[in-house]
Amino acid sequence: MKDLFSCEKVSLRNIDQGAIMKLNKILKKAFLITFACLVLSACATTKKTGQMQGDVYTGTDTVEYLASGVADRVFFATNESVLTTASRETLRKQAAWLRKNSDITIVLEGHADERGTREYNLALGERRANAAKDYLMTYGISSDRISVLSYGKERPVDSGSNPLAWSKNRRSVTVKAN
Amino acid sequence: MIRILILLIFLPIKAFALIEVDITRGNLNPLPIAVSPLSIDENSRQSFKKILKKNDIGSEISKIVENNLKISGLFNPLNKDAFLQAPDIANLKPRFEDWNLIKAQALITGKVNFVDEKLRVEFRLWDVLAGKEMMALAFTTVPNNWRRVGHIITDKVYERLTGEKGYFDTRIIYVAEKGPKTNRIKKLAIMDQDGANNKFLTLGNELVLTPRFNPTSQMVTYLSYFRNLPRVYLLDIETGMQEVVGDFPGMTFAPRFSPDGKKIIMSFAKDGNSDIYTMDLENRIVEKITNHPSIDTSPSYSPDGKYICFNSDRSGYQQIYIMNSNGKNVKRISFGKGLYGTPVWSPRGDLIAFTKLHKGKFYIGVMRTDGSGERLLTENFYQEAPSWSPNGRVLIFYRETKTDDKGEGFSAKLWSIDLTGYNERLVDTPTDASDPSWSALLSN
Repeated sequence: MKDLFSCEKVSLRNIDQGAIMKLNKILKKAFLITFACLVLSACATTKKTGQMQGDVYTGTDTVEYLASGVADRVFFATNESVLTTASRETLRKQAAWLRKNSDITIVLEGHADERGTREYNLALGERRANAAKDYLMTYGISSDRISVLSYGKERPVDSGSNPLAWSKNRRSVTVKAN
Repeated sequence: MIRILILLIFLPIKAFALIEVDITRGNLNPLPIAVSPLSIDENSRQSFKKILKKNDIGSEISKIVENNLKISGLFNPLNKDAFLQAPDIANLKPRFEDWNLIKAQALITGKVNFVDEKLRVEFRLWDVLAGKEMMALAFTTVPNNWRRVGHIITDKVYERLTGEKGYFDTRIIYVAEKGPKTNRIKKLAIMDQDGANNKFLTLGNELVLTPRFNPTSQMVTYLSYFRNLPRVYLLDIETGMQEVVGDFPGMTFAPRFSPDGKKIIMSFAKDGNSDIYTMDLENRIVEKITNHPSIDTSPSYSPDGKYICFNSDRSGYQQIYIMNSNGKNVKRISFGKGLYGTPVWSPRGDLIAFTKLHKGKFYIGVMRTDGSGERLLTENFYQEAPSWSPNGRVLIFYRETKTDDKGEGFSAKLWSIDLTGYNERLVDTPTDASDPSWSALLSN
């Protein structure tokens, strides 16, 4: 937008008044159109970011269910292993389901996005899966029933190279082991 | 492994050479060098043709030398069409005026013979301007080793002209990749430094990562997800024997050998915490080196074995630290903007190569061992994991491409770059590739 205006100013000097009036109209129209475009694109971007809070994924695209209403995964912010409020709620549901199905054992698979070095991401995946494990244990699930497996950045669920894809890949997934 | 017999027939003749290649600067003025095809007599040619299925093994070997010199970025091998002297005559006594005419400053000549079922290669390096012989050597080996002869000749020439050891008679171990990004199939693969003799070492049934050479032998350590238990393994390339390193109750990863090849240093992750451990390969004694609730990983020894550099997020973010080999005296050395990972100590001891992430871009760089003098060599969307050539002049690393809106177009490739930041090159591999590790010189 800035470019458009400064550009017009330069060329105005050599144009007669009538032309300037015309130009002003054109400019107004152009302005309105650009404005409309901006509003529309803003709407479009809000829709997209609607699946993220900060940079934690909050959508359901990739989520699978261990049982009705029991989501299998929780998501993390970049470089973080802190559980969000939503993650804790998901894990409490998992814990309740695990208490009801006491013969089930699980593997917590920790993952990272592609924007980190391979070795550090292996450690980060392990740390994320253990954050989930610790929380499940505080809700009464014995550590004997939980094993932890880090995949680092080796198994992304979304192959995109954009912030939304990366947010889906920063995850800990609870997988039935038996 | 069949050992190469190196026979010194002539001692290098002491000459006060005018030519010298400065490797501390970029490759702005690569040295013009003529690699005359190695001459071969008709009987020898026919014998090698039968054994090796190569019509003229002499010119094949000289092509290897030529290609190596070109890849180094320090030499400019001249077009053979312009050569005026026949290979056999040139090897006896070059007409320096002829070579001068095509602006060659150095000349390599030689001859190949079939002797007692073996390959005998003699080569000479000439200083064209001074009109003197700089070096004359001969090698005898089994015919199948013909490519290595080309590499060893290049090493000798490189050493004579730069004053530093070469890195051509070496191999690269790496991870060969294929399949969709969400479910990559990865195999260990090995090839000669110039991409020849590519061979897969695992079948791809389990995920394998980060292979690293033992600097003293043909052993490799790597991470395998065999039976879904990510553990550090040892592999003997010659015998194919594999074994898990230690019995750790959790994931072990980021392995590397100590400079004497007797220990493995690695990370062990348990309960959300990764620390650095060593294991002595002789007595299997395990030692815990770091003890910190943060992530400590990517350890790498200094070449004298006295220090370890590693990656830790104890400051809140990934940074590079060094410590004594017993874990004492931990000091952070990276203080620039951004995150730092994968520190690798140069075989020369003076530099640490690293990966840096800053404002959404990845860099391969080097810094001195106290963290000063940081130099970024290359910038890209994604690249990491530098590995040093054994002479510490070249780094090999891998680079991944950004995918498009549909998540397609992903690729991973090996690249190399000189310490000077010049001579960035794609290292050709038959499949996608990552996690390269450079071997020591094979003929040492």
